[in-house]
Amino acid sequence: MNTLPVHLHTPLGKEVLGLHAGDHVELSGIVYTARDEAHMRMQKEGIPFDPQGAAIYHCGPVIQDDRVIAAGPTTSARMNELSGFLLDHGIRALIGKGGMGALVREQLKDRGVYLAFTGGCAALASSHMTVKGVFFKDLGMAEAVWVIELDHLPLVVGIDAQGNDLFATVMHHAKQEYERYRHE
Amino acid sequence: MQKPDNDPLWSAVAKATFLAYREAVIHLPPDVSRVIRKAAAAETNPVACGEFANILKNIDEAERLGVPLCQDTGVPVVYLTLPHDVPLTRGLYEGVAEGVRRATREIPLRPNVVDPLSRHNTGDNTGAGMPVIHVQPGDTFTVTVLPKGAGAENVSGITMLLPSRQYGIEGFIVETMLKAEGRPCPPVVLGVGIGSTFDGAAALAKEALLQPVDTMTTFEQEICNAVNRLGIGPMGLGGDTTALAVKVKTAACHTASLPVAVNVQCWAHRHATVEVKR
Repeated sequence: MNTLPVHLHTPLGKEVLGLHAGDHVELSGIVYTARDEAHMRMQKEGIPFDPQGAAIYHCGPVIQDDRVIAAGPTTSARMNELSGFLLDHGIRALIGKGGMGALVREQLKDRGVYLAFTGGCAALASSHMTVKGVFFKDLGMAEAVWVIELDHLPLVVGIDAQGNDLFATVMHHAKQEYERYRHE
Repeated sequence: MQKPDNDPLWSAVAKATFLAYREAVIHLPPDVSRVIRKAAAAETNPVACGEFANILKNIDEAERLGVPLCQDTGVPVVYLTLPHDVPLTRGLYEGVAEGVRRATREIPLRPNVVDPLSRHNTGDNTGAGMPVIHVQPGDTFTVTVLPKGAGAENVSGITMLLPSRQYGIEGFIVETMLKAEGRPCPPVVLGVGIGSTFDGAAALAKEALLQPVDTMTTFEQEICNAVNRLGIGPMGLGGDTTALAVKVKTAACHTASLPVAVNVQCWAHRHATVEVKR
């Protein structure tokens, strides 16, 4: 486990395949925000940006006058069934909070990683972000795809490309501990 | 909604609500900051240490930039305390709603309030029965705003235990957190309501969250320790602190009932109280 952060820059390549669950990462470059509605629109109408080596950020930001006011992560699990096509098109990183299901864990294998950003850290996020553009603005502020430039956003690898899932490991231990607690 | 001409308290209540909202979403209460810093200093898991570092930086950045701590600025839960000489009028309710609308426009807040079935967003964080307003008697005329985010609210729980199963209270609270996993943005504060009625227990659980979190009774500390054994940690990534504090509030109940409600609160435990200037 790396305690010093690994610096990454988009577009991402095969370097993400060597990351391990629990590694700290600082990500720079372009990310695209997408929540439920944006995923469904992209499935139907196509991805409006070059997906090769791109990173998706599960986030519904508050933007005022093209400035990021608040942009913490949203719950990634809502996109569990909606992420496969992105990875098929060359997306290398999904960023969000709370982890993702077993389906995504399989889909990420040998292709990409899930990066966790600390939930609720909207102000910290905004101080690392610049708005560069927007797609699907008709979906509304929270659901549109915002093109955002990151400057060293501090993240942790939640699911790596070998199938290691920190969230699943933690909950496996939590359930074992709960069973012990119940039988005391 | 128009300003009720015959109620001079309308604008005073609106202003106090706006000020409390702004304070709540940007600055964490000192007791909440203290318990987060204490847990961060004691943390031994390297991933959790990174999460705490982000949380602490976020608290500082929100303060420096004057922006909300979290983009989920919640739904408005408001506690009005009325001294004996302030009559409870419709104008007070409308004043609170006006303060919420102003806060939504000016801070700004994310418009989160929708119709439960059509899912139509009102755009101003008010709606039928929203803000939620609780009124209580007191010595000073104050507005307390507790903006409640959805991630933690969604994993809250209630149970009606058999009175003979008092020992099950702690187990239910631990089980609620186990089922919640990392979804409520831990480390959490757990507000626990014990007694009253089905609805009353839920209200007590939320009121319990307003008590200082940097002090716990032995009962609360024991529950907190049991929850922390789960090791869910900050954001469900593992760590020593899953719950920062457990706060319990009790009320009398039916001899055949033992209601227990757990209201889960994310680490961004935002609330502020402002006096209404008459």
